[in-house]
Amino acid sequence: MLFHPTILALYAGSLMVSFLVLYALPPTWQVWRRWDLNSGSEEQLTIERKTYLISTLLAYAFAFELLSLFLYIFTAEQLHTYFVGAMCAAGSLYVNAYGYPTLILRLINFLLVGLWLIVNYVDNRAPDYPLIRKKYLFFLLLAPLILLETALQAGYFLQLKADVITSCCGSLFSTDRTLIPDTPNFLPQFPARVIFYTVMGVTIGWGSYAYRQGRGAVLFSGLSALALLVSVMSIFSFISLYIYELPSHACPFCLLKPEYHYVGYVLYLSLLGGGLTGIGAGILSPFRNITGLAVIIPALQKKLILTALILFVMFAAVVTFQIVRSNLVLS
Amino acid sequence: MGARIERQKNILDYTLAALLRRKRKNAVLVLVYTLIVFLLASVVFFSRSLQREAADLLQGAPEMIVQRQVAGRHELIPLAYLEKIKKIRGVQAARGRLWGYYYDPVVGANYTLLVPESREVAPGTMAVGEGLARLRLSAVGDDIEFRTHDGSLKELKIARIFPAELGLVSSDLVLVAEEDFRGLFGMPRELVTDLAVQVRNPKELPTIAYKIAEALPDTRQILREEILRTYDAVFNWRGGILIAILSGSVLAFILLAWDKASGMSMEERREIGVLKAIGWETADVIQMKCWEGLAISLTAFLPGVLLAYAHVALTSAGLFEPVLKGWAVLYPHFSIKPYLDVSQVAALFFLAVVPYTVATIIPSWRAAIVDPDAVMR
Amino acid sequence: MIRIVEVKKVFNAGKPNEFAAIQGISLNLEDQKATVLKGPSGSGKTTLLSLIGCMARPTGGRIWLQEREITSLPERFLTEIRRKTFGFVFQQPNLIKGLTALENALLPAYPLGEPYGDIKKRGLRLFDLLDIGPKAQSKVEWLSGGEAQRVTIARALINDPAIIIADEPTAHLDTTRSREFMDILGRLKGEGKTLILSSHDPLVFESPVVDRVIQVRDGRIESETE
Repeated sequence: MLFHPTILALYAGSLMVSFLVLYALPPTWQVWRRWDLNSGSEEQLTIERKTYLISTLLAYAFAFELLSLFLYIFTAEQLHTYFVGAMCAAGSLYVNAYGYPTLILRLINFLLVGLWLIVNYVDNRAPDYPLIRKKYLFFLLLAPLILLETALQAGYFLQLKADVITSCCGSLFSTDRTLIPDTPNFLPQFPARVIFYTVMGVTIGWGSYAYRQGRGAVLFSGLSALALLVSVMSIFSFISLYIYELPSHACPFCLLKPEYHYVGYVLYLSLLGGGLTGIGAGILSPFRNITGLAVIIPALQKKLILTALILFVMFAAVVTFQIVRSNLVLS
Repeated sequence: MGARIERQKNILDYTLAALLRRKRKNAVLVLVYTLIVFLLASVVFFSRSLQREAADLLQGAPEMIVQRQVAGRHELIPLAYLEKIKKIRGVQAARGRLWGYYYDPVVGANYTLLVPESREVAPGTMAVGEGLARLRLSAVGDDIEFRTHDGSLKELKIARIFPAELGLVSSDLVLVAEEDFRGLFGMPRELVTDLAVQVRNPKELPTIAYKIAEALPDTRQILREEILRTYDAVFNWRGGILIAILSGSVLAFILLAWDKASGMSMEERREIGVLKAIGWETADVIQMKCWEGLAISLTAFLPGVLLAYAHVALTSAGLFEPVLKGWAVLYPHFSIKPYLDVSQVAALFFLAVVPYTVATIIPSWRAAIVDPDAVMR
Repeated sequence: MIRIVEVKKVFNAGKPNEFAAIQGISLNLEDQKATVLKGPSGSGKTTLLSLIGCMARPTGGRIWLQEREITSLPERFLTEIRRKTFGFVFQQPNLIKGLTALENALLPAYPLGEPYGDIKKRGLRLFDLLDIGPKAQSKVEWLSGGEAQRVTIARALINDPAIIIADEPTAHLDTTRSREFMDILGRLKGEGKTLILSSHDPLVFESPVVDRVIQVRDGRIESETE
């Protein structure tokens, strides 16, 4: 186990988020079981007021999740010096079986909590709260994932053991351990670029259509998810190479370093934001026939699609700029 | 969109006015909060600075060091080993190094004696670290006496003093010429302290180290990376321990914050009642409380961080120095450059601001759900 | 038009201290009229006012505001309707100390998201209409009882509501101030506002401004005079 200020900060962060989630669980259960808007009973009033608490807790949890996602990567970056063969965060996360699962779960949870907030926002606009049972069920299913994330992260940090010189003997860990891989190169370069620009192009094109016509949001949602996935893989397989100007260093995390002008923040924030709003637009579609939501949802969908479009275009533009500017030539 | 921003502006406006009216009530909280941030930030900044300092320093160190071991102890190594090492493919250069420690009974401190690679120090003279010069009250041109291995005395003249900025390790450093070094410790010509090895391709370091270990079974190989890692681990471990100790105070602070937030004054409760009666919604009040928390956090966080920065930059973290810097008898007196990066601020945010915020969410919600008709009863 | 049908309000339901404040009231309140709910303290008139004013939800029965049924609305939407439709004047001024008179009057408009400049302009105009213009920047602690009352009227009017609800508005005013207050109400009625008051002060329910007096006792309507 390592005892590192930022690791402690991450523990503190996930404990706090878990606390928020756990605290929200009993009232959520209560809402899910006992919600009856037609009742003027005091119990119903109490439950109604608890919905405010739950939304507030989750809004904070969302903000903390986003921040700690980056802190997690930072910490992995700082830790790489502890492990032989780890060149950066990518290596640190490989050190044990919990590193990457924690990161992936963090991403998923971030998206899910974000989607919950979108649904919650919509539901709160309709006087009869038509989605209330559904959204609280969604949260009940989501909560274990957040707790699992805390557990996985603890597993990752607790099982870290630095390759430190001990006083007794020579310290060639290096020979007992094979080199930690940088990051896998999923796809051969050329098709990756074609796939990336195709998917982005189709997503942006369909998004503009959906924005103008006010339909096709579900497909856009799917495309956004695909674009998110393909973009992440593209960062691995070629975008990072162009930015580092090294044909072999395919690390998705070093982008966040000052050496690369923090371009990673622009890339990841636009990508995550685009993915979230894009997916969010489509998941609202099934509810647009509900009386109270018939006006609200299409309007919000337009806004979400527009946001996603702007962010995706920004992402693609930054990527393209980096490729054009790069001195690296990939055959 | 515009309306939503205006709404936030208006609510924020009210919140700030309300906070200013209750300056005294929040003063204690902000003060404690600032102190907590200050302590945590000092630890985080300082351990990070030490780590970076060590890393910078080791940039100049050889990639690999080969030491001879006899009976599990570090022994002098024959220069003849160099030849064997140089034959290994991939080794660019190898040289013997001479260094050691000298205990000065006058001040009760250990000096690190080193023969520099370049022959910059003339026999009979030396270059010393700032800490040593300070301790011995010496200046350039003064002589310092050393007791040699056979009990005789040897005088060396200070030719140069390293400036304090050079940092952590140079403070107790003494650079001497090879002749003086061998004379002082009675070390035979064919032996050196250890060997420094340079390789062509850093990626081959482990392989080469392995080959050296095979060719010279009585040696051990130390890689620069490993020293760095060890420094890192030591400094961060100490920082972590301090934070763990401080977590007790953080907990106390959270309890204070919780207590303050839930123990609202009658006056404040009445005000929220009035707001709700005249048309503020529960969400508006929660929003207000959220701004309030943010305002308090910022008021405490910024000065806390700035003070900690000053503490590290100006006094070299005077409060924690003994704990964090550790082992040296001769405390290096140097001003460290605090390294500030986003991750440290984010870490502090999670150690102080997030717990505070979490502690106030639930009380804020309780305050916000006052019945709107309460003022009519 | 407000239609109240068989409304009940029970506090602490199911507990030993259960208490039925309103025990089935049906009532129609017409627009642009002044109605006074009259009755001893504890008769339920304040509770009824809070139900009409969307401050609380009835335990049973239905209330329609114009064509909208408001009894089954959650608090969030009740508040939204309330702050656009009703202006409240309470028994106590209930002003927030430390703020100026004007700021107090502007508070109900804050969450509506109008630019501050616009709200302020409206507030100042109201202060002039109510003859307290010079007091706009005074802290509320320094206001006299009558001035404080006018500030609360300005506060009730800041969002330009159609209905003014006043709960025992003259309880803490002397005769002169009470008359002045009724005059202001008369003016507001003239401008087309609906007034709903609760009071047991003859100065109020005998005032020529009032169109209708409803006697409430034990949570029920006892009698009614036009």
